[in-house]
Amino acid sequence: MRIIFKTSYLQDIKLLKHNGYIFWYGVLLFALLIAPAVLGEFYIGEMAFIFIYAIAGLGLMILVGFTGLPSLGHAAFMAIGAYANAYFLHKGVPFLISIFLAGLISFGVGALITVPLRRMTGIYFAIASLAFAIIVEEIIAHWKSVTGGLGGMSVDNPVIFGFELDSTWHFYFLCLAILLAVLYCTLNLIRSPSGRAFIAIRDSEISAESMGINLSIYKIKSFAISGCFTGLAGALFAHRLSFLTPDAFNFLLSIQLLMMVVVGGLGTVHGAIFGAIFVGLLPQVIAIAKDYLPPAIGQFPGLEPGLFGIIMVLFIIFEPMGLYGRWVKFKLFFDMFPLYRKATFKRQKTYLKTERVQ
Amino acid sequence: MTFFKAENISIDFGGIRAVNDVSFDVEKGTIFTIVGPNGAGKTTIFNIISRIYNLTEGRIIFEDKDITRLPAHQVVNLGIARTFQNIELFEHATVLHNLLIGRHIYCRSTFFSDLFFLPSVKRMELELRRKVEDVIDFLDLQHYRNQLIQNLPYGVRKIVELGRALCTEPKLLLLDEPASGLNVDETENMSFWIDDIKKLLGISVIMVEHNMNLVSQVSDHVLAINYGRVLADGTPKEVQTNPDVIKAYLGEDKDV
Repeated sequence: MRIIFKTSYLQDIKLLKHNGYIFWYGVLLFALLIAPAVLGEFYIGEMAFIFIYAIAGLGLMILVGFTGLPSLGHAAFMAIGAYANAYFLHKGVPFLISIFLAGLISFGVGALITVPLRRMTGIYFAIASLAFAIIVEEIIAHWKSVTGGLGGMSVDNPVIFGFELDSTWHFYFLCLAILLAVLYCTLNLIRSPSGRAFIAIRDSEISAESMGINLSIYKIKSFAISGCFTGLAGALFAHRLSFLTPDAFNFLLSIQLLMMVVVGGLGTVHGAIFGAIFVGLLPQVIAIAKDYLPPAIGQFPGLEPGLFGIIMVLFIIFEPMGLYGRWVKFKLFFDMFPLYRKATFKRQKTYLKTERVQ
Repeated sequence: MTFFKAENISIDFGGIRAVNDVSFDVEKGTIFTIVGPNGAGKTTIFNIISRIYNLTEGRIIFEDKDITRLPAHQVVNLGIARTFQNIELFEHATVLHNLLIGRHIYCRSTFFSDLFFLPSVKRMELELRRKVEDVIDFLDLQHYRNQLIQNLPYGVRKIVELGRALCTEPKLLLLDEPASGLNVDETENMSFWIDDIKKLLGISVIMVEHNMNLVSQVSDHVLAINYGRVLADGTPKEVQTNPDVIKAYLGEDKDV
C-alpha cells in the first residue's frame, strides 16, 4: 500500500500525484498509440467512437457531475457542433478552423441558453433543457438553407494542412488528440477556482452564494464549457456519421449521454471515460450475445433500450458511484490485501444532489 | 463611524410579519448575541443581513455603507461571513476544498486561465493554500485536511464551517447556533474559539444561540426577541433577569 507524504502544496495541485500515475497512464497512452498498428480496422473505428463519447461525456460531466445541473438536452449540442462543422467545411473553411468554430458556437449557445435557465434546479432544469433540445431539433429540420432539413447533409472528410484524413486510423488519432486536450482542460478546471465554485454550487447553492460565488455567472460558465466540449464531440461525430439527418440527434441520444455519466460515476472525471467505454461497448456485446441467445429473447424488439434501462436502475440502486466506484473498491482490495473490509464503503453510499429530485 | 447597524428592519412573508421593527447596533470588536424562543425570527434576521431575504422596511448599515440592496454574493466582499444552523458545507468535497472555497473572493483568475491552468493560476493556488493552512492551524483541523465532509462527525463539521467563514477574513462573523448539536466538551471548545476569534483575530461576532451558558460566557451584548419583536436589550445578565424574557421562555405564573 502506497502512503504519500505531503511536503508541499504543489503535491495537492499537480495532476500526476506520484510515480504510479506516471507509469500506468504512460502505459495506457502507449497502448492507445500503438493500437492502430495492432488491432483491426473495425476495432479502431469503435475505439474512435468511444473517444467521441468520452469527449461528450466530459462535457456533460462538468454540468451534471460537477455543477449538479441535470441536462436532458445535450444531444442538441452534439447536433449544433456537427451541423456547424459540416456547414463550415462545405463553405471551404479549413478543418481546424471549422471545428474550432463548431466549439465556439456551442459555447455561445450554451451561455445564451443558461440565461433563462439559471434560476432552475433539479427536475425543472432537466425539463427545460429537454425543451431546448426539441427546439434545436425542429430548427435543424426546418432551416433547409443551412442544414439541408430532413433531406440531410453530407460531411466532407477533414483536411489538415493539405493532408486528407480519410482512413480510419487518421480519424482515430484526431479523436484521441481532441480527447486528450479536452481531458486536460477538464482536469485543470476541476483543480482551479472555477471548478471549485461548480462543486460548491452542486453541494449547496445557499452557502456558495454566501461565500461570494455569483451563481448565475458560474452556471453560465459551466453550461457554456459543457456545451463547447459536447459540440466538439458533435463535430467529430459528424465525420463518423458522414451524413447528417436531424433524427440522429434525437431524445435517445440525450438519454444515452446522461446514462453514460450516471453509470460511469457522477462527479468524477474517470466516470465520464468509463461511462463512454460502457455505452460504446454495450451495443456490440448485445449484438454478439444475440447470436447465442434463444430467438425468443434474442430477437425480442427493444432489447437494447430495455437492457440500458435495467442497467441504469441497477447502478443507481446498488452503486451510486457508478463504474468509478467499483474501480475504487477493486483498487483498494489489492492495496489492502488481505485486509480489505466491505464495510469501508458502507457510509459512502450517498447521492449527489443532482440525483435527488429537489 | 457606525460599524454595524440595523434600523427598524421588518420583513413580511405573505401575511406574516416575521421580523417587526427591530433595531440594534453592534460595536466593533464585540460579541453580540440574539436569543429568543423557536420561531422568534433570529435566523430570519441573519438571512436578511446576508441578503438572502429582501427587507420589507428598514435599512442595514455596515461600516457606513447601506447594504440593504446589495446582491447576496457581494456581502462577503465587504467582510461579512456566516455559518448556517443546519451546516451547509460542500459534502462531497474535502475539508481543504471547503476552506479553499472560503477564499473564493480572493481568487483573481479568469475562466480561460483556469482552463489552461496558467502559471499565474498555479501561483495563486499556492498562495490560497498558505492562507488556508493558517486557519487549519488555528482550529486544529490538521488531520481532517483531506477527508470528505460526508465522513466527518457532526462536531467537526461545525468547526469546518466556522473555518470556512474565517477563510474569507471577515470583519463581522455571523454564527447561527454555533453550539447546537455539540456535546458539553465541544461546546466548551467552541466558546474558547469564539473568544479567540474576538481577541486574537479582532473579528466582531453576531451570534444566535440557545445555550445560555455559552451566551453568558462570551457575549458582550444580548438582544432578546420574540414573535419578531424586541423583548430586551442589554448585558447577558440584564437580559436573563428581564421579566419579559422569562415570560417568553417559561410562560406566566398566575400566582406571582
